Amino acid sequence: MSDIFGRIGFLQEGPFAIPRWEAVFSNIDLLWQGALVTLTVASLGLALALALGTVLGVMGASHWTGPRAFARGYVEFYQNTPLLIQVFMIFNALPMIISGLFIPVITIGILGVGMYHGAYISEVVRAGIQSIGRGQLEAAVSQGFTYVGAMRYIIIPQAMRIVLPPLTNQAVSLIKNTSVIAIIAGGDLMYAGDAFAGRFGHYGPTYVLVGLGYFLMCFPLAILARRLEDRTRVA
Amino acid sequence: MITLVDVCKHFGSLHALQHVDLEVPAGQKLVIIGPSGSGKSTLIRCINMLEKPSSGQVVVDGVDLTAHRAPVAKVRQSVAMVFQSFNLYPHKTVLDNLTLAPMVVKGVSRDEATESALGYLQRVGLSEKADKYPAQLSGGQQQRVAIARALNMHPKIMLFDEPTSALDPEMIQEVLEVIIDLANSGITMVVVTHEMGFAREAADRVVFMDEGRIIEDGTPEHFFVNPQHDRTKLFLSKILR
Repeated sequence: MSDIFGRIGFLQEGPFAIPRWEAVFSNIDLLWQGALVTLTVASLGLALALALGTVLGVMGASHWTGPRAFARGYVEFYQNTPLLIQVFMIFNALPMIISGLFIPVITIGILGVGMYHGAYISEVVRAGIQSIGRGQLEAAVSQGFTYVGAMRYIIIPQAMRIVLPPLTNQAVSLIKNTSVIAIIAGGDLMYAGDAFAGRFGHYGPTYVLVGLGYFLMCFPLAILARRLEDRTRVA
Repeated sequence: MITLVDVCKHFGSLHALQHVDLEVPAGQKLVIIGPSGSGKSTLIRCINMLEKPSSGQVVVDGVDLTAHRAPVAKVRQSVAMVFQSFNLYPHKTVLDNLTLAPMVVKGVSRDEATESALGYLQRVGLSEKADKYPAQLSGGQQQRVAIARALNMHPKIMLFDEPTSALDPEMIQEVLEVIIDLANSGITMVVVTHEMGFAREAADRVVFMDEGRIIEDGTPEHFFVNPQHDRTKLFLSKILR
């Protein structure tokens, strides 16, 4: 008897006890709201990161000195400083430089992860572009395509196949990194989890659910990317 | 149609082209011959600015391409190039390879681009391959598609940069036949090649290059029967055994 209790005892007392789970589930709305914020920041942040990454990646792979140097500088700055400090700076320093500026926390989150992962994605895009043989660009420009036109119609569609796996890594890591806005009271899933656990003390179930929430957002993306990869391989 | 004045091209310390002057009138079929490293590929690539000359002037169809802010992309629409390694767009079908640039670059309607594309595919004998991808074709077929792609821009000038050098011997003939057929159509053509038979048959002018200079320039008879320079004679004695 005591043997069984010994084994399932963690459901009766301790951080994962059943009453704690019940308490968490009866207040699941709070976590749900946080998840919606995270989803918003992640999807808009990803859109920004992809747009920035594509433009900067094309600039970085070009033969134009100015744009290439700009892309290089941007990437080095964002890759070599912690996201946490970048978000902190947007939150605290930017309103000091531009007085009276108020940026909603969600917007800070979108800018933060978007600009940070934009730098990483631009490196992925640049490597993808450079993996396409020089002959493709030559064929395109010899037909009268501009550099940007050649990128859009000929180089990037081919590079996409190659960069899809590393791009998925970036998207997944972006979703998880949205949790940094918790430090500026972002109201996201991580913040909701922290607040909830702090208020009631049910750390165990809360963090299990928060973790599950992130998994449910990231995993479908990985599946989607694999499908796209299979589909583009046919051509 | 094409005028090169005192064109030089350096790659670091290598002088690929040294003070080259060349005038190609409209409709001429010019074949450029020479040992490898003689600068013939660099020369033909200077005509459409894939290589920028280090100095000198390149005028194509009345436009000085070496001038500041020259409309290079515009001129390239009427100067088609066929490459040694085909350079078809592997993510596009054969038909899309032919229609992409006319539609995007020239603004031709899809219907019009498709209609003329199918015409050119028929001309190079590949009508039934329209929906295939380049990787599904043999080398000779890919190069014929590349020629059809070039033609579908309705160019005034065709540049061929060693179009048969990457092909298996049994595929060379099928590509040469297409180019010879083209040569009879009145278009201006510049061909870099090692195919002496082709030069004899299709060219109305042969230029021989060595070490970045043009050292022999004349009709095919002149070139093959009565070359003036020792370097040309030596080259021919090695090639025509």
